[in-house]
Amino acid sequence: MRTSRRSVISAIAAGLVAGTLAMPISASALTLGFAQVGAESEWRTANTGSIKEAAKAAGISLKFSDAQQKQENQIKAIRSFIAQKVDVIAFAPVVTTGWDTVLAEAKRAKIPVILTDRSIETKDPSLYVTMIGSDFTEEGRKAAKWMLENVKGQGDVNIVELQGTVGSAPAIERKKGFEEVIKSEPRFKITRSQTGDFTRAKGKEVMEAFLKTDKNIQVLYAHNDDMAIGAIQAIEAAGMKPGKDITIISIDAVKGAFEAMMAGKLNVSVECNPLLGPQLMNIVKDVKAGKQLPKRINTEEGVFPMETAAKEFPNRKY
Amino acid sequence: MKNTLSQLTRSHLFWPCVTLVLLCLANVYFNPGFFDIEVKDGHLYGSVIDILNRAAPLMLIAMGMTLVIATRGIDISVGATVAIAGAVVAALIGGSLVIKDGVQTYVSNVPMPLAIVAALAVALLCGLWNGLLVAGAGMQPIVATLILMVAGRGVAQLITEGQIVTVYYEPFFFIGNGFIFGIPVSLYIVAVVLAVLLLLTKRTALGLFIESVGINPVASRFSGISARALVFWVYAFCAVTAGIAALIITSNVKSADANNAGLLLELDAILAVALGGTSLAGGRFYLIGTLIGALIIQTLTYAIYSLGVPPEINMVVKAIVVFGVCLIQSPALRDLLMKHAFRTGGTA
Repeated sequence: MRTSRRSVISAIAAGLVAGTLAMPISASALTLGFAQVGAESEWRTANTGSIKEAAKAAGISLKFSDAQQKQENQIKAIRSFIAQKVDVIAFAPVVTTGWDTVLAEAKRAKIPVILTDRSIETKDPSLYVTMIGSDFTEEGRKAAKWMLENVKGQGDVNIVELQGTVGSAPAIERKKGFEEVIKSEPRFKITRSQTGDFTRAKGKEVMEAFLKTDKNIQVLYAHNDDMAIGAIQAIEAAGMKPGKDITIISIDAVKGAFEAMMAGKLNVSVECNPLLGPQLMNIVKDVKAGKQLPKRINTEEGVFPMETAAKEFPNRKY
Repeated sequence: MKNTLSQLTRSHLFWPCVTLVLLCLANVYFNPGFFDIEVKDGHLYGSVIDILNRAAPLMLIAMGMTLVIATRGIDISVGATVAIAGAVVAALIGGSLVIKDGVQTYVSNVPMPLAIVAALAVALLCGLWNGLLVAGAGMQPIVATLILMVAGRGVAQLITEGQIVTVYYEPFFFIGNGFIFGIPVSLYIVAVVLAVLLLLTKRTALGLFIESVGINPVASRFSGISARALVFWVYAFCAVTAGIAALIITSNVKSADANNAGLLLELDAILAVALGGTSLAGGRFYLIGTLIGALIIQTLTYAIYSLGVPPEINMVVKAIVVFGVCLIQSPALRDLLMKHAFRTGGTA
């Protein structure tokens, strides 16, 4: 009894010593301030999880802030990171414009800035080191290419589009990439386009209105899976078969999309990989080591048609 | 003849109804099938049904808001209450997709009636908090309810752990997606709440008490009305309507989104009350007017979707129409225009 208690005490003491010894090491470790957009979808949740896990694994101390979809919150978070003198700031910009002032402050404080998964518009590209993330324009192109290959027939194809949040990079670029590819094919036309704010509720509401005003819809192109899932509910309520009567194309490839695909209600989802944590941590280290980095680093992404969904589902992390 | 016409135009429901009819006509112009209603899968299906169905949560909250505004108050926390109640019901029911030997089954965490009661109880708690601050502590309503408005989404985030909680439990979808005799369930809920309110305010002295508290709280107190208790329970009731709305919203999209559920709904609710002819200064209130106000807002939103307005200018179009509607409803401006019209008519 006594010996065991002593051994416990000594173990605690050893632990304390080890802890104090470890302190200076962790203090010299890198600190990363990360300003997340907020919890908007399963995609974003996976993105957050990946960054948190990768930071822990890489021994980088992470200061995490959730902006709840508001730019002013993100700007506040970045300012507080500057005040706390973190080593590197990374953030996923809510919107594309309006970052110059706060990024100039970071630059003056000599804190390198990395953008993740969304780009910004700025006249001064030296405000950030690099941008890691998905190429949204390419995702839009992939979605359009899949459509050109898989929607057969000779007649006109009327496409309705559910856009993401107005002014956000994925909404602008996914639209651009898609339009770029179908421009050369006159039988494919976008007949209606409205924002669904990347949410299920809005996706459903807008699709309901589309279905009432327009009986002639062949394809739905949704800028994310959540809006597509909302729209699927609207299409079912209209007595049509989603995936058959209307071909549905969406982007992100989250779990919910795979469930819809396995049920035969969604035709294809273009992957937008949120698991960029490990890659981001490597970049943080490279930036601190003073390595030259390209201005744009892309994540690897696939296209998942309905047929592959059941096989792929168990492998999905988000 | 002229007498009945002027009586009609003086009715508080006249101008809201005119606005709604005009908006419907605009919808018909851009979408000839606007008034078409067909039966699909055993339920009614059409634009009008959509508008009624989507407006249901707003109608519920706006009714609660009408009473609050009648007592000279305002409740800007209803949107946050929606987020909290929605988060509670979704987190409690939750349910997960379990794939066993290739068979997909859905299970709920706690029994659905319990989860619904809990969500409504939490909403009531929000209302009691507001009522306590306004009636008990004597805070100004806009400040008192601002507290919950700001803190509420944080509370909802805590419940959902910052995630969007997806509900996989089928029976729950009935509230927001189901039909009884072909009519959406949500409309029955609105009808029941409206019936209860009309009964309470028209058949008992409650309506009179609320108006008198709104017109002059001190005089009401001296005449024996317990103004404080009345105001307290009015806020509690308003929050419960938000709770019911949360059930419909959450069930409709089968998920709870703490950030976006009920976002800016408080402003729409206040607008609905104002469009319905109830003065924000308190006193007389018009429940039916409020319902028409809510329908005006939803019809306008619908018109924007079917019009093909570019998403970038949605809000501008909405603002212009609301501006116009408010102008039409302003008695001062109407009198001015009437006078002008009569004068030019006289000289011609």
